[in-house]
Amino acid sequence: MLDRILGPRVPADLSAEQLRGYRLPTLLFSGAALLLIISILMPYWHLDLKAPQFPDGLVVEAFVNRLQGDVVELEGLNHYVGLGSFDDGAVFERSIAVLGILGLAGLLGASLFVHSRWVLFITLPALLFPIIFIVDLQWWLWNYGHNLDPLAPFAAAVGEFTPPIFGPAEIAQFDTLALPGPGLLVAVAASVMIGFGLWHHRKAYKPLIEAAMDTA
Amino acid sequence: MRRLRGLWAKGPIKGVALLATFFLVVGACSSGDDDSGGITSSVAEERGFTQDQIDAALTTYMPSGEIDPYIMFASGGQGGQVIVIGVPSMRILKVIGVFTPEPWQGWGYGAKGTEEVLAQGQVNGRDVLWADTHHPALSETAGDYDGQYLFINDKANARIAVIDLRDFETKQIIKNPVAIVDHGGTKVTPNTEWVIEGGQYATPHGWEYAPISSYESDYKGMVTFWKFDREAGRIDESSSFAMELPPYWQDLCDAGKLVSEGWVFCGSFNTELATGGIEDGNPPFEAGASARDNDYLHVINLDKAAEVASAGNTFDVNGFPMISLQTSIDEGLLYFVPEPKSPHGSDVAPGGDYIVVSGKLDPHVTIYSFEKMMTAIDTENWTLDQFGVPVLDFDSVMEAQIEVGLGPLHTEFDDQGYAYTSLFLDSAVARWSLGPPYNDAWELIGTVPVHYNIGHLSTAEGDTVSPDGDFLVAMNKWSIDRFFHPGPLLPQNFQLVDISGPGDDMSVLYDMPIGMGEPHYGQIIKADKLSPWDFYPGVGFDPHTMSIDPNAPVAGNERIERNGDQVEIWSTAIRSHFTPEIIEIQAGDHVVWHITNIEQSVDSTHGFTIPGYNINLSLEPGETATIEFEADMDGVFPFYCTEFCSALHLEMMGYFLVKP
Repeated sequence: MLDRILGPRVPADLSAEQLRGYRLPTLLFSGAALLLIISILMPYWHLDLKAPQFPDGLVVEAFVNRLQGDVVELEGLNHYVGLGSFDDGAVFERSIAVLGILGLAGLLGASLFVHSRWVLFITLPALLFPIIFIVDLQWWLWNYGHNLDPLAPFAAAVGEFTPPIFGPAEIAQFDTLALPGPGLLVAVAASVMIGFGLWHHRKAYKPLIEAAMDTA
Repeated sequence: MRRLRGLWAKGPIKGVALLATFFLVVGACSSGDDDSGGITSSVAEERGFTQDQIDAALTTYMPSGEIDPYIMFASGGQGGQVIVIGVPSMRILKVIGVFTPEPWQGWGYGAKGTEEVLAQGQVNGRDVLWADTHHPALSETAGDYDGQYLFINDKANARIAVIDLRDFETKQIIKNPVAIVDHGGTKVTPNTEWVIEGGQYATPHGWEYAPISSYESDYKGMVTFWKFDREAGRIDESSSFAMELPPYWQDLCDAGKLVSEGWVFCGSFNTELATGGIEDGNPPFEAGASARDNDYLHVINLDKAAEVASAGNTFDVNGFPMISLQTSIDEGLLYFVPEPKSPHGSDVAPGGDYIVVSGKLDPHVTIYSFEKMMTAIDTENWTLDQFGVPVLDFDSVMEAQIEVGLGPLHTEFDDQGYAYTSLFLDSAVARWSLGPPYNDAWELIGTVPVHYNIGHLSTAEGDTVSPDGDFLVAMNKWSIDRFFHPGPLLPQNFQLVDISGPGDDMSVLYDMPIGMGEPHYGQIIKADKLSPWDFYPGVGFDPHTMSIDPNAPVAGNERIERNGDQVEIWSTAIRSHFTPEIIEIQAGDHVVWHITNIEQSVDSTHGFTIPGYNINLSLEPGETATIEFEADMDGVFPFYCTEFCSALHLEMMGYFLVKP
């Protein structure tokens, strides 16, 4: 079974040009793993808020495991609208985020040894990670906007809403603009690399697998 | 106007470039032969403005959101406060509560820290809650303003206050233990080691009684040197001392700098020792104290005096060390120089090499050479006054005399080697050139009329080792016809004068009414030398210890504790609520109430009042304060936030219930 998952080994006697075809997926998967690890240090989501009494605006940046920026000021303002505390959001996700991403990178590392179509299962979590992040964030935003404290002074005036995950919105006197952060862009780049890696992986190993099956 | 353009262009404030461009265009057309063309303004046309008026308006105009390149700290006169003014727009930014309670800042309305500072200003245990603030002095490093502290004196009660320019709040008030009244302060030495407080009307020392008939023997003059501890941000009374002087009326002092560092120069008048008594047919003080042609510039060796004081060669007045006049004479601490008729100002030139004196009943400024003074002292080229103090030979120490006009008072300097002297009687400012090494000759350059009866004047950083020039503010006592008359008590008039041009090119740009007291002196500092806090650095910050109070309430530990009939409350304030909101106690309880503004964003200040109890606090972001009072009045008292803080400011209240 393990042999089937690992798939065939690369023949020993290859020209430099032939070797390149096998190295390409290795490079792309390793690069993607590296990018994912780096992305931990970068904000995934960026929210600008502008209002007349904040001439320099307010900013919140979401990393995978924490928030940065004018968090205290916004926490203070949130209670007017009845938005919940940032501390109560995505607690589980934030607690596992760093280990989870390291795990995804680890899977990408493991995939270097897998020369069968099983590679798809091993790399798929990393490939889909940006989408998972976006869906989860969207869910939390919906959750925040639909669980306003009914006793909050401005809850009724603002009403239930879903802050858009990307793009502009208006909430009370604030004009907001949500943008993907560099971390998310790096994670997307990692996904693209994994995609290309899979394509090159198939190109390189499919003939070997078929040859092995023919021999069998 | 030409050089001012440079000021704007190099100015630290963003967006000035646009204005500078505007100036270039206006300047270009003003330098032409006619006044037409260039920028057309229907407003200027309709109001019939001349080109000079348009230039003046544009020089002082600050578009919304732009910040003045200079800040002036002016005394608030009888208001007992300090006025903070942006220059050149001449907009009042703040009136700092100093000797007088100031309700907006919660200065003296219940907050214990502020009450304690005000209580330091008590005279014989009596509250004195007004002051005649005269002369602010910015702290200096190497003779240049450093933007850290401000000192100011109260002439009426001989007191000195220390203001910290991180939060623009008064930290300390000191009552002079020797004198009941002062005048010649404050000035600082070039590194702010000493704050100088000169005397004025001679009195028996220690606030004692002696009959006027014993004026010559029992009445004394004085100068006090307060040691400033920059680290602590406080005057260290225990290292300070005073010098006993003859009962002349000492006037303004200035500290020597550079070559004259370590020396102090104070003017004086009434060397006649007049004792008044117009009711008995004697000459009134105004005549008696003006009879002689000369009074005495006091030349004091401060470095040596400090050594004498620290060696303990002093006597005690009210527990404060004082160097006797005889010790000063014996140790060579004090010399006199004749100065023409009833002088007022005594100002040291930027290089420290010359001392400028104006006898207000003499039309000249008299300039003394420090070097020549030292030579006269070394060669003992002196006679003795009636108290035995050496009087240096006038001709051997005088460098120059320039006839500038009538009623010369105070002098400041610029970066072109010019000096500016206020002319009270002429209602004008005289510009004159300093001789070598500043300029070629000691001569009058020109005058500019001001409106009216100018007292002090202030040029940008004009009493430092490197004056800026650019602007001068004439601090006029009378405004007569400059403003609407708000009743018979008229505002003072600060006039902004453009002194950036050469020669006699000076012009009045702006009239600023001051309707809250009669300021005396002011100092102008570059705005970028100041770095005040936007909010207190940390929640629970006590401005009077300048540190975070470990006992300050913070979010989550609000509580009420009763101990016998003492109720202690820990409250927080944040937009838009206090915690707790309902507080019920028993009449007669002693209340100790701590309250912290737990915000940390710019301008999120909260007020706090308890009606009927004469309490109002200003809690700037992060600040904590404590109030303590007997709840001797029962009833229901809605306490509330007195600073409009947020959309739900009106709801930011609570009930303080005192059960009968």
